Amino acid sequence: MELRFTDEERAFRQEVRAWIDENLPAETRERMASGRTPTKAMQIDWQKRLYAKGWAVPHWPVEWGGQKWSAIQRFILSEEMQSTPAPSPLGFNANMLGPVMIAFGTEEQKKHFLPKIASLDLWFCQGFSEPGAGSDLASLKTRAVREGDHYIVNGQKTWTTLAQHADWIFLLVRTDPGAAKQQEGISFLIADMKTPGITVRPIITIDGAHEVNEVFLDDVKVPVENLIGTENRGWDCAKFLLSNERTGQARVGASKERIRRLKLIAKEAPGGARPVMEDPRFRSRLTEVEVQLKALEMTTLRVLADENRQLSQRKPNPASSVLKIRGTELQQAISELYVMAAGPYGLVASDPEADRWNEPEVAQDWQTLAQATYFNWRKQSIYGGSTEIQKNIMAKAFLGL
Amino acid sequence: MDFDLSEDQRLLQDSLAKLLKDKYAFEQRKGYMASETGWSRDVWAAYADLGLLAMPFAEDDGGLGYGAVETMIVAEQFGRALALEPFIPTVVIGGAFLRHGATAEQRAALVPQIAEGKLLLAFAHTETQSRFDLNDVATTAKKDGAGWVIEGRKGVVVHGDTADQIIVTARVSGGRRDRDGIEVFLIPADTQGVTRRGFKTSDGQRAADITFDNVKVSADAKLNGGLALAERVVDEAIAALGAEAIGCMEASKDLTIEYLKTRKQFGRPIGSFQSLQHRAAEMMVCLEQARSMAMLAAMMASEEDPAERRRQMRAVKIEIGRNARFVGQQTVQMHGGIAMTMEYVGGHYLKRLTVIENMFGDVDHHLAALSEEGGVFVAA
Ligand SMILES: Cc1cc2nc3c(=O)[nH]c(=O)nc-3n(C[C@H](O)[C@H](O)[C@H](O)COP(=O)(O)OP(=O)(O)OC[C@H]3O[C@@H](n4cnc5c(N)ncnc54)[C@H](O)[C@@H]3O)c2cc1C
Repeated sequence: MELRFTDEERAFRQEVRAWIDENLPAETRERMASGRTPTKAMQIDWQKRLYAKGWAVPHWPVEWGGQKWSAIQRFILSEEMQSTPAPSPLGFNANMLGPVMIAFGTEEQKKHFLPKIASLDLWFCQGFSEPGAGSDLASLKTRAVREGDHYIVNGQKTWTTLAQHADWIFLLVRTDPGAAKQQEGISFLIADMKTPGITVRPIITIDGAHEVNEVFLDDVKVPVENLIGTENRGWDCAKFLLSNERTGQARVGASKERIRRLKLIAKEAPGGARPVMEDPRFRSRLTEVEVQLKALEMTTLRVLADENRQLSQRKPNPASSVLKIRGTELQQAISELYVMAAGPYGLVASDPEADRWNEPEVAQDWQTLAQATYFNWRKQSIYGGSTEIQKNIMAKAFLGL
Repeated sequence: MDFDLSEDQRLLQDSLAKLLKDKYAFEQRKGYMASETGWSRDVWAAYADLGLLAMPFAEDDGGLGYGAVETMIVAEQFGRALALEPFIPTVVIGGAFLRHGATAEQRAALVPQIAEGKLLLAFAHTETQSRFDLNDVATTAKKDGAGWVIEGRKGVVVHGDTADQIIVTARVSGGRRDRDGIEVFLIPADTQGVTRRGFKTSDGQRAADITFDNVKVSADAKLNGGLALAERVVDEAIAALGAEAIGCMEASKDLTIEYLKTRKQFGRPIGSFQSLQHRAAEMMVCLEQARSMAMLAAMMASEEDPAERRRQMRAVKIEIGRNARFVGQQTVQMHGGIAMTMEYVGGHYLKRLTVIENMFGDVDHHLAALSEEGGVFVAA
């Protein structure tokens, strides 16, 4: 056991940091630092820069654009990006579809798609959830019927994040409704969003943002070569993907950045008699979160070190549930600290779709975003396997209950 | 002690509940919210017809002479419906300022207008530096012949964009945070030098940022009572907001329980999962504890000893705030994605409860002050 970063790792961190500093466009950094998500153009631009450098998908095999890095190096890169803050490579591409295709795809699929997935030439969205199939994903009803060299897909997906930006979608569809077990009749397809019969309808979340959508599929013709893995074995891909999704959600680096920024803000934030940062109650609530975040950072490193093994064995890693549960709780707790810091001026609504506050200035930008972010981040414990579902998994897989 | 409502009180509750059922379906509410005022003048007129806008005023002034229990009943119904009208700013807060701080002539002139739904008030106390401290006042009032000149800026004036008159705290002497030297002024919103910038609040309601630039008002614009008056009024506001929160929490809990019974995953209602059952039960614990505090608030609203009243009201604000946060968050959590959307009412309870939590002091603000003041049960 060696619990400290080595000199090489420290040097690597310096190299990464310097490169990000040099290459991240100022307006992207500024927007990220304000607490907003990147625009589509910013996301694509940044991912292309990473791709050119070879850093977009370091966790992939070298032949597909990955790096022979240790888990710690990968952690350092993603932490540095999050704490700059810079956009992270699009999760749907880099952490979900990419690894699935590497594990389950054909050579042709890999050759054709992987470079585009890594570089974000094609933006993918995730069409798993349906109105009736959320936590119980395996009950999904979207139907795909094979007709010659196509599948004809009919059904509805929902909560599809950033479908409005997406070029392609990866879908779970039911190909064998008669299978003995629900999980056995599902297939994993990818489809061009321009295919006739695909309609996207926005869903506005409680903070006013347009981030999720309904996707309607009406006699959509998907070529059979867009099947990933074996027909009716799509659930294997889904399980594999979901376990990767959960590891990504701890976002320790991002939480550290939000805390550092909050400290700067709170130092200036009016608190009546003294700045908010000097309020002992605020400080101790903040410190409590920091302590938990430190623990989560160590847990993340432990899980990551384990992940090399997991990937090669193509098995989901149940330990990632710990990261998902605590990581999202902490992100939510941090958002509540921002609300506290903003106080009465937190009542001023923001337009999260706008680049910045575009009405006469009645509050500071961060104050107007505090409650919106708090509302938005309630999603964290719902998506990607809700906290309740994570605990069910843990009780079963770890505790034998 | 009797926790049951009287016949008349029950009648009041029922008639308002019926009105809101007709006028405040979630779809109707969306329409009001999207309108320019952000609430409904028609519904406001219906409140006037029901007598709600006359409730707290003495009969001699043209009111109904009701007390804090009636205010609680009404505010709770508004919470259930997520009503958007400026009842608390105009009737509860504005009303309390007039009751405790205005002259008989002022009351005679203004109360009937409020009762008829023709006069709207708003309370301007927050400043960029003040956070939740009512005594932190940089806005100034200087003697100007017989009258006054007001100078300064107030933020997040709830419903300040539609108010006809603004009630403003201003400093006539002393340093920015001194408790002495603060007076309260009643200023017509169309007075020369008053500039308002309206905006949406995070719960979809409206507020305004208001600047007072060389605003000249007459001598009788000053109400009697200064900071002590403002604190007394805020205590009544805390009681009413607490009751509104109870209505919100109750509706939120009911909605969630209904959803747990009807939403199916894994082939059965999600309410059959014990982890959710326990959480729903905890919601009920929270609601009942909070409800008790709303009743305590109604009881203490008329307490004449300001120190005692303050302490109890802080306890009310803390306990309702804590429990409201749990109920709001769990409403969204137990619904899953659906309550994350604008189109569904569930998330709107969380939003309103968050705003209420951050009005007139959040949990930590009152915790700090209450512990400073010796807590709830003061040792001899
Ligand atoms: C902002 C946002 C973005 C999303 N993005 C995407 C996306 O891009 N692609 C995609 O496919 N999906 C996406 N989702 C969907 C997300 O994965 C689902 O919301 C999630 O799976 C929960 O499903 P549900 O919303 O239907 O809630 P339900 O499954 O109906 O759950 C409701 C409640 O019941 C609980 N519950 C359910 N089953 C159990 C059980 N067995 N034991 C205890 N409690 C239980 C849940 O934890 C939850 O609290 C997104 C969701 C949100 C909110």
